[in-house]
Amino acid sequence: MADHQTDQNGTAPSKPPPWNDPVIRSIAFQIVAVILVGYFFYYILNNTLSNMESRGITTGFKFLDTEAGFGILMSLIEYDESHTYGRTFLVGLLNTLMVSVLGIILATIIGFIVGIMRLSNNWLISKIATVYIEVLRNIPLLLQIFFWYIAVLQALPGPRQSMRIGDSFFLNNRGLYSPRPIFEDGFGMVVIAIVIAIAAIVYIKRWAHRRQEITGEQFPVFWTSLGLLIVLPGLAFLVTGMPLSWEYSELKRFSFGGGMRIIPEMMALLWALTMYTAAFIAEIVRSGIQAVSHGQTEAARALGLRNGPTLRLIIIPQAMRVIIPPLTSQYLNLTKNSSLATAIGYPDLVSVFMGTTLNQTGQAVEIVAMTMAVYLTISLSISFVMNWYNRKMALVER
Amino acid sequence: MKSKMLGVLVAAGTAVAFAATASAATLDDVKKKGHVQCGVNTGVPGFALPDSKNQWTGLDVDVCRAVAAAVLGDAGKVKYTPLTAKERFTALQSGEIDILSRNTTWTHTRDTSLGLNFAGVNYYDGQGFLVNKSLGVKSAKELDGASVCIQAGTTTELNLADYFKQNGMKYKAVVFDTSDQTRQGFEANRCDMLTSDASQLYALRTKMKNPNGAIVLPEIISKEPLGPVVRQGDDQWFNIVRWSMNAWINAEELGITSGNADKMKGSKNPNVKRLLGTSGDLGQKLGLDNAWAYRIVKQVGNYSESFERNVGMSSPLKIARGVNALWNKGGIMYAPPIR
Repeated sequence: MADHQTDQNGTAPSKPPPWNDPVIRSIAFQIVAVILVGYFFYYILNNTLSNMESRGITTGFKFLDTEAGFGILMSLIEYDESHTYGRTFLVGLLNTLMVSVLGIILATIIGFIVGIMRLSNNWLISKIATVYIEVLRNIPLLLQIFFWYIAVLQALPGPRQSMRIGDSFFLNNRGLYSPRPIFEDGFGMVVIAIVIAIAAIVYIKRWAHRRQEITGEQFPVFWTSLGLLIVLPGLAFLVTGMPLSWEYSELKRFSFGGGMRIIPEMMALLWALTMYTAAFIAEIVRSGIQAVSHGQTEAARALGLRNGPTLRLIIIPQAMRVIIPPLTSQYLNLTKNSSLATAIGYPDLVSVFMGTTLNQTGQAVEIVAMTMAVYLTISLSISFVMNWYNRKMALVER
Repeated sequence: MKSKMLGVLVAAGTAVAFAATASAATLDDVKKKGHVQCGVNTGVPGFALPDSKNQWTGLDVDVCRAVAAAVLGDAGKVKYTPLTAKERFTALQSGEIDILSRNTTWTHTRDTSLGLNFAGVNYYDGQGFLVNKSLGVKSAKELDGASVCIQAGTTTELNLADYFKQNGMKYKAVVFDTSDQTRQGFEANRCDMLTSDASQLYALRTKMKNPNGAIVLPEIISKEPLGPVVRQGDDQWFNIVRWSMNAWINAEELGITSGNADKMKGSKNPNVKRLLGTSGDLGQKLGLDNAWAYRIVKQVGNYSESFERNVGMSSPLKIARGVNALWNKGGIMYAPPIR
């Protein structure tokens, strides 16, 4: 090799033969590796399919069009026994997504509050946060889910002895019941009014920001926004003649019927996932805030900023750069952990599709592959969004 | 749960992918291993449950013990794999177990599309309802709007939907992974009723804190013939399991018990002689020796002995023979002749 690199006459070094050229070599090796890996997967797939055929195991995705014939406890879309297995997949997927999204939102809020509490100068507040974090972080999640489920079920009364607020809200061991809104003609106007209000708020916020940069004058954006959000839809609601009525829950022979219901499985699962993940997020938030140099706080004080604006305008934006990458992992964990739902009978994707559907059809390979593909897709989507947000928040060097 | 998911896929995928030859001759495989690997329930009294000495007992367990006695000469040479309803077929398909004897209902779909064969019926069951006594329900027809605790991945889930649809009623299914969890849900009053095969209802009731607080409704809404399952495409093993069960049942019909098996060897009845192997070569036809059925009766007992010991009157379940009595005693338990 050395003879090629230096040329005593100072002319350009002669090119090595292709089999000695490191670039060509590495490309060749990579091509060979890709072909081998590809062949490996082709071999496994092909072998699986032919073995399943020779053993008389049905394969393929035709089962998705077959009638399912079993009931599901909770569904966000219309579902009954006469729908297909494909529909059970959707029902399970939506239930998983719902508990994940709600869990992520709640865990983020609680996590931020607890994380900031932990840094508080108040001894009691910071110790409460520490105990919360250390206890919840160190107990396996499955145990916590069982604990909350049993705690929820045992603590709540039966349907006939429900806790109630007036004739509208009922809480018992079958769930939390509330009136269901029924939208009548003309409610579209209210929705339009809300959209207009939001558009106006965005515009006012931008205008106020520009004005403050130019003149230094501040504008009460928050209160104006709140007013707009209440007044505009409220007016539309009154003008169109109050096009909204409520369907109340009522006690039937066994339990309540009508209205809206949140099942106890959902409450227990959401609560357990939220509390568990929030403990981790709290630690991430604390470490993020502590990563911001104390000089920044002192500088803010020197400018005369109070505690609130210091945290909101100086500390948090800088801490976010440290917080976002580990926060993404927690979001992914929460979503994947939601599959523990199957232990307490919450009808998520794993319980409905990989449980009941798999058993009724027996097509394990297809169903497990589909389920894993779904979790992979959800996780990659979350990663994608969070990476985009991370780039947006990253330090822009000028 | 992730690892479990992966586990199922690995079992379903790679085992099917690589283990093609292993399935061909289960008999040789079992002889080489020296034990029968038997898939059983995670715990239903009377059918499959480890006792205080950690020995598995039950009517489903006895099927595996009979096969081990016939093939290996010792009913004790069985290793048990407790399986949930969801895992059972994959475990058998992938070759993890040799027999699935886990109160599994014989249905058209399962027999035709899973690459499996049902070797017979060891218990004729039907789906029933267990309700809380305090509700004052007398018939399943009054259950409109009730919440039901139910085990995931069972035929009962489908029967329940059919029954309620036929009768124009609505229900809410709360689906759990194991039958024990359905019981806990029922006891915590999460559901108004619990549905399962009737035999399991009695078994679950014995486990409750207050067994008398719950009653089994008279309606039986389905046919549930329960029996052992083997892989399709290994006819010799299929025959061994099927005829081990037939020998078990025929022994009752011929009056051979574990107590009198030795004495019956001297019987003049040609049926008894063929079964116990003192004449004919029925054992060789299965690829076994001629004393195969003798060992089943001697070590496990006949069907009646197994039934009474595990689920019948000398067990806590106290289930009457009913349809499970022999065909000549008013039931439908019928084994083809040993000939």
